[in-house]
Amino acid sequence: MTVILNQSFTGISIGAVLLLIALGLTLTFGQMGVINMAHGEFIMAGAYTTYVLQKSVSSAGVSLLVALPLAFLVAGAMGALLEWLLIRRLYTRPLDTLLVTWGVSLMLQQLARDIFGAPNVQTHAPDLLTGNISVAGVTLANNRLFILVLALLCVLALTLILRRTPLGRRVRAVVQNRDLAEVSGIATERVDRTTFFIGSGLAGVAGVALTLVGPIGPTMGTNYIVDAFLVVVVGGIAQLKGSVITAFALGVLQSVLEYSTTVSVAKVIVLVAIVAFLQWRPQGLYTLRTRSLA
Amino acid sequence: MTTTTSPTETTSVVQPSVSLLERFRVPGAFLLGALLLLGVAPLVLSDFRLNLLAKYLCYAIVAVGVSLAWGRGGLMVLGQGVFFGLGGYAMAMHLKLADAADTGQRLPDFMQLYGTGDALPWWWSPFANPAFALAMTVLLPMAVAALLGFFVFRRRVKGAYFAILSQALAAALAIWLVGQQATTGGTNGLTDIQGFFGYDLNDPVNQRMVYLIIAAVLLLLMAAARQLFVSRYGELLIAVRDSEERVRFLGYNPANVKLVAYVVAAGMAGLAGALFVPAVGIISPALIGIVPSIGFVIGAAVGGRASLVGAVLGTIAVAWTQSTLSDAYPAAWTYLQGLLFVVAVGFLPGGLASLVTVLRKRRTPARTTGETA
Repeated sequence: MTVILNQSFTGISIGAVLLLIALGLTLTFGQMGVINMAHGEFIMAGAYTTYVLQKSVSSAGVSLLVALPLAFLVAGAMGALLEWLLIRRLYTRPLDTLLVTWGVSLMLQQLARDIFGAPNVQTHAPDLLTGNISVAGVTLANNRLFILVLALLCVLALTLILRRTPLGRRVRAVVQNRDLAEVSGIATERVDRTTFFIGSGLAGVAGVALTLVGPIGPTMGTNYIVDAFLVVVVGGIAQLKGSVITAFALGVLQSVLEYSTTVSVAKVIVLVAIVAFLQWRPQGLYTLRTRSLA
Repeated sequence: MTTTTSPTETTSVVQPSVSLLERFRVPGAFLLGALLLLGVAPLVLSDFRLNLLAKYLCYAIVAVGVSLAWGRGGLMVLGQGVFFGLGGYAMAMHLKLADAADTGQRLPDFMQLYGTGDALPWWWSPFANPAFALAMTVLLPMAVAALLGFFVFRRRVKGAYFAILSQALAAALAIWLVGQQATTGGTNGLTDIQGFFGYDLNDPVNQRMVYLIIAAVLLLLMAAARQLFVSRYGELLIAVRDSEERVRFLGYNPANVKLVAYVVAAGMAGLAGALFVPAVGIISPALIGIVPSIGFVIGAAVGGRASLVGAVLGTIAVAWTQSTLSDAYPAAWTYLQGLLFVVAVGFLPGGLASLVTVLRKRRTPARTTGETA
């Protein structure tokens, strides 16, 4: 029983990391249809922001708290710049955004190698986050709990922004019918850029969280990006709850399978499960109903 | 393809001189290419350069399939590494077993090293048979492609979803191969291959033979792909790319059309992987994961995905640039590679081949190629 609970918690914590990464993608891929392969490098940018900050701020706790908003701004600015330079020219051909942003991601990885060196670097976690707490025989690592809380807070904030603010209304209007939004006086280009800023900024926040569980390196984003895309594919577009449910479901599935088989076999089974799932719901778990034929 | 017609010709009668030129343009170019690849290259290139060219031509064989599936069919095939790898591993497994048999061993060298016991894994045994192994280099990739393609296209899983799923497949296969150290050689892959159906690969003469086989296969597949392009099926494939719904309303099943292109492209990639093994002497997960899988489309994107010759020449050019630059300046190559993606796909979606069309368009309004969906 304890084993099952422990495995479930591991799964939930994998899910929390996936969720944090997939949240930004839900906006840029799910809502805008842009396959941004450089999302992983925005995660890396957030992680390196934490690293640089810790060089100047001695207290790990303070540096972590400052890093969260700062990484959001850094990664968000990179995303907005990318949108302005390249992606806005590619809205009519979404598949090509994948290759273009893959090119950008290659360059950003090399840039990180040139600035910070190829070997991985490490940050110190605040004392508060290094321990464990035990609840009913289940060991919960504090850093994992922190990531879980952070992920849920991000979901909450994003939901509130999308549902309750004028900006969120404009974003939803553009996603549902770009032309109608345009003639209603919404500056769709500015909405696009803002959406991209928020989505990429969330990748930066995910990067800060990842410094707590692993090393920081030029290729750290690549390890997560495909899994995160799968979360959005299975979750369905334009719905945050799809991503939330899928991230935790895939996390738990992966963790349980890893326990009963091996890491590599678990990956293959998860992929098969996803293809099988798409037979049942080709558009993902939740989807925005439109009248479009395609 | 659109031919230039002078204003006086309102009927379909074309001037004989033009038609003669048009008629022999394609076979002429093909014969010239064959002459260069099979005749001139082995004469003027050193053993080392010829071996490098053999490797590039293997990538070019993959590009023929990419041009078919992506260029004509609009299917973004980001998992070609999977099929390349399946073909490569099928061939390498046979060659390893043959090598072991030559030296009187029962197991390939790496299996003895990792001490998995005396028995050959059951799924290795059939690969001792050369005919079975050769068939598997093509059939295995095609079967995997058919399986994934059937489930994905049948439920109309859309373009981006398909791209991500094929990418995830590449990741899963690479991770799985790494995890099975004892039976697949793990991260190292299958290395140190000595013989090729009884011929010693360390002998330069035999390496030339391998080169000639690869070049011949490439030329054959290009000819076959071109026939497919000009066939009724080729037109249908373009129609599916440009408007899947209309094709469906006309009574065809777009899923089947896409499936054929995907499976054929997979078979070509498998064959390329199988030929890569004797040419380079190694197959490993690092050659078939996500990064190389995306790498397989860059050449086609640079040269021109919709143009067969463009895709093949682009792939050879990119591979050549990579090996010249990446040894001396690895950082510079990475930046250049990234830039190639951005410029070729973002600003010149038809690739370098489209420059020809653009120049021609100034004279006659050519038909525009549709967007990939």
